[in-house]
Amino acid sequence: MPTPKCAAFTWDRVKAMAETALLELDRVQAWYGASHVLHGITLRVNEGEVVALVGRNGAGKTTTLRAVMGLIPKAEGRVRFAGRDLLPLPAHRRFHLGLAYVPEERRIVPGLSVRENLRLGLVAAKAEIDERAAFAEIAETFPRLRERLDQEGVTLSGGEQQMLAIARALIARPRMVLLDEPSEGIMPVLVEEMGVLFRRLRDQGKTLLLVEQNVEWALRLADRAVIIDQGEVVHESSAAALLADKDIQDRYCAV
Amino acid sequence: MDLSLIIMQLFSGIALGAVLVITALGLTIVFGMLGVVNFAHGALFMIGAYAGLYLASLTGSFWWGLLLAPVLVGAFGMLIEFVLVRRLYGRSIDDPLLLTFGLSYILVEGVRIVFGSDGIPFPTPSQLIGVVDLGVGFFPKYRLFVIALVAVVLLLLWLMLEKTRVGLIVRAGARDPQIMRVLGVDIGKVWLAIFGLGVGLAALGGVLAGPMRSVNPEMGTLVLAEAFVVTVIGGLGSIVGAVVAGLMVGICISMVALFAPEMATIVMFALMAAVLLVRPQGLFGLKGRA
Repeated sequence: MPTPKCAAFTWDRVKAMAETALLELDRVQAWYGASHVLHGITLRVNEGEVVALVGRNGAGKTTTLRAVMGLIPKAEGRVRFAGRDLLPLPAHRRFHLGLAYVPEERRIVPGLSVRENLRLGLVAAKAEIDERAAFAEIAETFPRLRERLDQEGVTLSGGEQQMLAIARALIARPRMVLLDEPSEGIMPVLVEEMGVLFRRLRDQGKTLLLVEQNVEWALRLADRAVIIDQGEVVHESSAAALLADKDIQDRYCAV
Repeated sequence: MDLSLIIMQLFSGIALGAVLVITALGLTIVFGMLGVVNFAHGALFMIGAYAGLYLASLTGSFWWGLLLAPVLVGAFGMLIEFVLVRRLYGRSIDDPLLLTFGLSYILVEGVRIVFGSDGIPFPTPSQLIGVVDLGVGFFPKYRLFVIALVAVVLLLLWLMLEKTRVGLIVRAGARDPQIMRVLGVDIGKVWLAIFGLGVGLAALGGVLAGPMRSVNPEMGTLVLAEAFVVTVIGGLGSIVGAVVAGLMVGICISMVALFAPEMATIVMFALMAAVLLVRPQGLFGLKGRA
């Protein structure tokens, strides 16, 4: 736990934050064509919280994130973000509510430079975000990207591409970021660096929902943990409690 | 045969190629971004020529026709996308192909009913009648104008694509529409605009071609074939490819017309075959690009 830095972080504020659900899923079901992937996911992520969403391959973690982002053709139930019902909204409208997404495949756009890929994060953003200031902020947070702004995005190493995808999601200053396996296939030094970054984002009050296969790493970063299995939530606890509970980890997260 | 004749024919080829470039560009942009093979592109080229002719006679000025026809026909293109083509996204590539194929018949027949089957002469604007002395020979003013205008339009398109926010959205949207939606872009609106732009370019090609060929309901048929050849030679979806291949095809046709007129119509297909043998993806096509 980071120590509160300023007076604004009073206990009341922390408690109030803990009680405001920023993202709420209520019995969310989703289908890919004929296959029923989510069978009723209910979970909440409070404002300012980091939640790790873990579980086996194919449990429905990615689908859960995609349903929140509006990328699943058929999803039912209720998804609320900042008091708004998301499911009726087209995907692009969800961005404007302050939701950002870092997909598993990173989706760096080929043919565009690192700078242009970053700029994509701002093309639809409100005019009040000053592009220069946003770029300066990102350059400071991601020194590796700053040195490679004019290189084509897809020529970066896997880890750098992941950083770029995260930077692109952050540049429009979202309230909440959904991350799908950010540590996958990345060298340990960069995973370390990413952990430091996520802690810093958390200290800045960002809300993160982190899908991970690297369970221990995710649990060390997170406040709370949710396990899903076969399209259903099977466990919810503080991250620390799950980290200590090897049994449950083995039952639901073993590869 | 003297050198000046060859040089003049080269200029003719560039003028012919310029119209091809503009027309093929519309086809390749729509294919590259939306994955739609627009078989009505030739018919819309023809509609552009008629619209230009009609608006020019209505306003008494070629220039209004030149300006308004691409805009209005482009808007008509947006209507086509909104009402018809949009419903077929995400389905097999044959579906929009068949739709636009049918549409082209309707457009051609519609023009036949309204304007008749006979060709209508498209008068060259009075300011551009006559020839210019290029030092090596005399070249029609109008054709020089076509080359210059196409160059300006290409420059504007390039600036739009490379230097503006909208251009960035278009370039990225062509590669990965889904990530653009996640980043807050209403990609459906972008596709609507792109389809309109593609059709507007076809119409511009039609107006420009008007004074150089006769205006008739079938004028789009050959143009569609030519535009496809250009798109295939240049690489499907490639803008630079459309420009280079359009000029290549124009010059080739002109040159062959000079030496072996009976071969002029098939030379472009020979060129296409040759290019495909060496580079199956076209001159500037990227492998695996949608």
